[in-house]
Amino acid sequence: MKDKLVPSVIIIIFLIIFFIFYKGLQETNIYTPRSEIKKDIPIFSGVKFDSKENVNSSEIFNSNKFYLLNIWASWCVPCRQEHSYLMRLSENNKVILIGLNYKDNFSNAQNFLTKLGNPYETILLDEDGTISIEWGAYGVPETFLIHKNKIVAKYIGPLNEQLINEINSIIK
Amino acid sequence: MIYSVVGYYALILGLISGLILIYFSVQNFRNSEILDTKILSLSFLQLFFVVISFFGLVLSFVVSDFSNETVFNNSHTTKPLFYKITGTWGNHEGSLLLWLLVLTLFIFIFLLRTNNQSIKYKTLTTIFQQIIIIGFFIFLLKTSNPFNYLFPIPEEGLGLNPILQDPALAIHPPVLYLGYVGSSIIFSSALAATTLKMVSGSWATHIKKWTLVSWIFLTLGILLGSIWAYYELGWGGFWFWDPVENVSLMPWLALTTLLHCILVLEKKSILTSWVIILSIATFTLSMCGTFLVRSGILNSVHTFANDPERGLFILIFLFVLIFISLFIFFFFHKEDQKNSINLFWLSKESAIILNNWFMMYFLSVVLIGTVYPIFLDVISSEKISVGPPFYHKLIIPFLIPFLIAMAIGPQLKWIKSNLESKKILIFLLFISILISYLIVKNFDKNLLVNTILISSAFYLFFITVRDFFTKKFKNISQNIAHFGFSLLILSILFNNLLSSEVITNLKIGESYENSKFKILLEDIKQRDEKNYSSVIANFKIISSDGKINKMSPELRIYNQPNIVTSEADIKTTLMKDKFIVINLVQNQEYFNVRYQDKPFMLWIWVSVLLLSMGGILSFLKREYER
Repeated sequence: MKDKLVPSVIIIIFLIIFFIFYKGLQETNIYTPRSEIKKDIPIFSGVKFDSKENVNSSEIFNSNKFYLLNIWASWCVPCRQEHSYLMRLSENNKVILIGLNYKDNFSNAQNFLTKLGNPYETILLDEDGTISIEWGAYGVPETFLIHKNKIVAKYIGPLNEQLINEINSIIK
Repeated sequence: MIYSVVGYYALILGLISGLILIYFSVQNFRNSEILDTKILSLSFLQLFFVVISFFGLVLSFVVSDFSNETVFNNSHTTKPLFYKITGTWGNHEGSLLLWLLVLTLFIFIFLLRTNNQSIKYKTLTTIFQQIIIIGFFIFLLKTSNPFNYLFPIPEEGLGLNPILQDPALAIHPPVLYLGYVGSSIIFSSALAATTLKMVSGSWATHIKKWTLVSWIFLTLGILLGSIWAYYELGWGGFWFWDPVENVSLMPWLALTTLLHCILVLEKKSILTSWVIILSIATFTLSMCGTFLVRSGILNSVHTFANDPERGLFILIFLFVLIFISLFIFFFFHKEDQKNSINLFWLSKESAIILNNWFMMYFLSVVLIGTVYPIFLDVISSEKISVGPPFYHKLIIPFLIPFLIAMAIGPQLKWIKSNLESKKILIFLLFISILISYLIVKNFDKNLLVNTILISSAFYLFFITVRDFFTKKFKNISQNIAHFGFSLLILSILFNNLLSSEVITNLKIGESYENSKFKILLEDIKQRDEKNYSSVIANFKIISSDGKINKMSPELRIYNQPNIVTSEADIKTTLMKDKFIVINLVQNQEYFNVRYQDKPFMLWIWVSVLLLSMGGILSFLKREYER
C-alpha cells in the first residue's frame, strides 16, 4: 500500500501543475483595463498625412457620427491582415475611419495604401509615437471606436470577422 | 527561395529517419547480439538532414530571401552580414531548429563514442532520445515552421530587434543550447540505465563526461547572457532574477548537484535515486524553461511570440516526458537499501549530500519565485511580481553553511575520516572572520550579517588557496572550480557592498559634482551607421584624486525596426568598472545620466570562467586517462 501511495501522490501533484499551466495558457496576457473605456478622447494636434497641414483633434471628431481611430504602420504585419476588414468597414457611411500612421516611413506608407487601398477619411502622422501614447495605445495595430468624443470600445491587435461584427452592432 | 524549399524537405526527411531509427532500435533491442550498423548510419543521416535544413535557413538569411516568413520577420537588407547569420537563431523558429540540431548531434556523438556499454543500453537510449527528437520535429513542423512561404514577396524585412544585435548575444544561444539540450542525453541514458537496472559506479563514469560537457556549456552560456545584460540592457547589473535568467539557473543548479552525486555514485555506488531524479529533473527543467519562455505565459525579452498553440504543445510534450520518466522511476528503480544507510557523518559523501540538500533548497526558491506568480494568477487572478529581495532574503542566509560545508567537504576522506590539520582550519576560520570584520566595519551596512557572510566566503577562498599548495594538484579541477566559486561569491558581495550610483539630468556644458568625482557633459555628436544613427554624448569623469576619464555613452536609433537603445559606456579596470548610460528626457535638451562605480565586475566574469575551467580540466583529464 505504502509503495503505491508515494507515486500516486506525486502523479496527482504533477497533474495539478499541468492543469494550472494549462489554465494559465488560456488566460490572455493582454487585457483591456476597464477604465479606458467611456473616457474622453485625448485632445491633441497632429500633422495630416498627405497635405502635411496641422490639424486639431476637435476639428476631426466634430460630428455626431461614430469614428474609428486605427493605429497602423506599413511595417506591421498584422495591419496587413486587418486591412481588408477596414476596407469593408469604410463602405459603411455610419462610421468615419481615421488612420494614425505610427512611426512609419512616408513612402512605405504611401505604397502600402496604393497597393491595399485607403480606407481612411483622414490620416494623421505619428512619427515619434507620442500621439499613440496619449491615446494609451499598447502597440500597432490598435483600434478605438469613438462616439461623441468618448471612447466606446478599444481593440488591441488586429481586427477580425468577430470584432467587425461587434463594431457593426454598436454603430447600428 | 530554393534554400527554404530544401530546408523544409530536409526537415521532413529528418523526421522520417527518426521514425525509421526508432523501428530499428526496437528491433535491435529485442535481438541484441550485435549493434545494427543501420542505427549509426541513420543517426548520421538524421544529423545530416538537420544540418542541411539549418544551413538552408542560414542561407535564406544571408541572401535576405523575404519570401521566407522567418527571414521577413527578423531580418533586413541593411543589417551587417554577421547579424544576418546570427539572426537565424535570434527568433523562435530558428532557435528551435538550432535546438533540434544539437539534439541530433548529441545522439550521434553518443552512439559514436560509447563503446564499452551494452547494446541494449545503447539502443534504449537511442529510443528515448528519438522520442524527444521526434517531438521537436513535430513541434517545429506543426506550430513553428521556419520555412513558411510568403506571397506576394515583401521587398524589405522587418529587421532584428536591435538589442539582440550584439556579439555576446550572437553566440549566447548556441552555447546555452549545447548545455540545455546536452542534458537530454543524460535524461535519455538515465532512463535507459534505470530500465535496465544498471545505475552503478561504471555507468556513473560513463555518464560523467556528458554531464561535464552540458555543465561547461551551460555555465558559459549563462555567463554570456549575463555579460550581455550588463552592457546592453543598461540597467547596470549582471543578474536581475528575471524569469528567463531563472529558467537557465534552475537546470544549472540541478546539473551541478547531479555532477556531485555522480562523483559519489562513481566512488561508492550510493545515491542512485538522487542521480536518476536529478538527470530527469535537469532536462525537464530545461524543457519547462522553454515552455515558460516561449508560450507567452511569462513576459520577457526572450518572449518572441505569444502563441498559445505552441505553449500547449510544449506543455503536453513536457508532461508526457515527465510521466514516462515517473513511470520508469517507480516501476523499475529499487534503491539498494544496504548501502544507503551506512553513512558516517564526517565523510566526503555526507558533506556532498548536505550541500545537495542546500542546492535543492536554492533550486526550490528559484522555482517557486518563478512559477508562483503564474499559479496565483490562475487560482485567484491576483497579480504579483517577485523581485530580488525575495531571492536575497531566502538564499543568502543559507549560503553561509553552504560555503563552510563546501570548504570543509574536500578536506574529508571517503567513507570515514578524522578531520586532519584541525588547527589550521580553525586558524583560517578565525583569520577570515577577522579580515571580514575589519572590512565591513568601514561601511554603513549591517555589521553582523555581512561579517558572517563575507567571512564564510573568505574561508572557502583561503582553504581552496591553501589546497593549491598542500594537495599538489591532486584534484586540480575540483580545486579550481571551488576556488572560482569562492571568488564569485566574494566579488558579488563586495560589488554589492561597494557600488555607488548617481542619477541626474544634465545638458551640454553642465556638470554634477560630489565628494568622490565630478561628471561633466562636454558635447554631443551625431553619427550615421548602416542600420542605425546614433547620438554620442562625451563625458569627462574627474575623480577626487585628479584622474580624468573620458566616457561616451550612446543612444542608437535603429531604422528597422524603429527602436531606440541605450549603449552604456563601460571602462573596465582590474579593480572596478565605471559605467555610464544616458537616456532622452522627452522634449527637453536634458539627458538623463546614470553613472555607477562598480567594483570587482571583472572578477565576477573571471570567476565564472574559472568555474568552467575546472569543468573543462576535469573533462580533459578523463579523456587523457582513457
